[in-house]
Amino acid sequence: MSLLAVDSVDAGYGLLQAVRGVSLALAEGETVALVGANGAGKTTLLRTIAGAHQAAAGTVSLAGRDVTRVSAHRRVALGIALVPEGRRLFPGLTVEENLRMGAATRRAGRWDLDSVLAAFPMLAPLRKRRAANLSGGEQQATAIGRALMSNPIVLLLDEVSLGLSPIAVEAVYESLRTVVREGTTALLVEQDLDRALGFADRVVCMLEGRVVLEDRAEPAAREKITAAYFGLSAAGAGGGAA
Amino acid sequence: MTWVNVVVQGVLLGGVYALLACGLSLMYGVMRIINLAHGDLAVVGAYLVTVVLDHVGVSPFVAFLAVLPVMLAIGYVLQRTILERSLRAGILTPILATFGLSIAIQNILLRQFSPDVKSLGGNAGALTTASWRITGQLSISAIGALTLAVAVAVVAGLHVFLHRTRFGSMMRATAQDVDSAELVGIDSRSMYAWATALAVAIAALGGLFLGIRSTFDPTAGPTQLIFAFEAVVIGGLGSLWGTLAGGIVLGVSQTTGAQINPQYSILAGNLVFLVVIATRRGGLLGSRDGTQ
Repeated sequence: MSLLAVDSVDAGYGLLQAVRGVSLALAEGETVALVGANGAGKTTLLRTIAGAHQAAAGTVSLAGRDVTRVSAHRRVALGIALVPEGRRLFPGLTVEENLRMGAATRRAGRWDLDSVLAAFPMLAPLRKRRAANLSGGEQQATAIGRALMSNPIVLLLDEVSLGLSPIAVEAVYESLRTVVREGTTALLVEQDLDRALGFADRVVCMLEGRVVLEDRAEPAAREKITAAYFGLSAAGAGGGAA
Repeated sequence: MTWVNVVVQGVLLGGVYALLACGLSLMYGVMRIINLAHGDLAVVGAYLVTVVLDHVGVSPFVAFLAVLPVMLAIGYVLQRTILERSLRAGILTPILATFGLSIAIQNILLRQFSPDVKSLGGNAGALTTASWRITGQLSISAIGALTLAVAVAVVAGLHVFLHRTRFGSMMRATAQDVDSAELVGIDSRSMYAWATALAVAIAALGGLFLGIRSTFDPTAGPTQLIFAFEAVVIGGLGSLWGTLAGGIVLGVSQTTGAQINPQYSILAGNLVFLVVIATRRGGLLGSRDGTQ
């Protein structure tokens, strides 16, 4: 049984349907990268899984339990954590306060303030700094650490490397590798295809709200994914097309 | 010496305004709701104290202990029913909703308690008349000093609550980014409801001191709201210490105006308010995250 199952989910904003009949399954411990052009529906899909956005149709289930109608804050308590696009830290709170907010649900597990600071060593000297005064990489590390503090079963990461310097991206991914090695199941949106292929077990490509390709994250898949990314060849887009 | 007295009395008067204003400030800071029924809720608190006093012969302060949980409950329910729903329609709708609530409260009070002017001063015993004579022309009333002390304690208490407790940090986080708060597992609706509960309870505390120091009737709320609102704006929207400072500035302005000519009391306060708005858009101590 898959740990996270998304089944025929529709989601949108008013008349705009951003996600159309998407189905997706993550096995325990699996890392899946979600790629696709801007407006493909990746962020909306992640927010729908996290409960920050209501699904118009379809179901989201976690470890066999249907959570489609469960509010975002209760889903965190059940083990779904989202690192939102743009980090969205609490700007007036310090790094440590931001991290502690991640533990709002008091879910028990391996992550606490000390282990998060150990996984993200760059944060240790910044504990008392206000989040508004952090660099992009530091903010992203804090945002991921904050999500980990809830000891999620499934970690959703939106646009991990967006707006970060190459060095900061490397540092964030280095820490993420530690996290994934711990067995956390992760679904991440990543624009950098090489980065996605190098990090994930599997790549899912979305185009105009639909899944057009699912493939193992191997260098050989690169061309097929690129074609699916731009919607160039319908023939090349097999797999999980809905 | 007269002017020293004017300032001292103004500072003491500022205590009442600060007390009435900090709930207003809290609600704005956490939810960006401007509660136009705030003054009326303070008056409701004062009337509920009279209800208790009708049944048991205790001091108004003791009676307030019974009123406090009722006001907390009123605030919590108010948020979960009217305000939460109206907030969904944008930040302007709660203003209309609370405006309507203000009118409804005044009419309910009028029906229930008649338009007669009431005061809690008579039940407060010697406290209302006691004072310390510092010099021939300067004396400090016990109730004035107590009001100011309570106002300072409430602001300090709220500050400690918001900055030193886990629950308070969760409230600040919700104030700064409600979407992110939900995503880390904070029940934002519950946070909002507790913020309103606290604000309404503190408003009732303001109503208690208003009732002891002065008089009130069913339509006294809007006047108190204006003073509270001026204190909040002078001090800086959403800043609790600023609200305390704003209340004191307003109090001193009014006593100074009254010293020049008794008719200038309210006018002087309004003028200071307008000057602050015109010159310092963020107020004296405007804050960045809304709940400093």
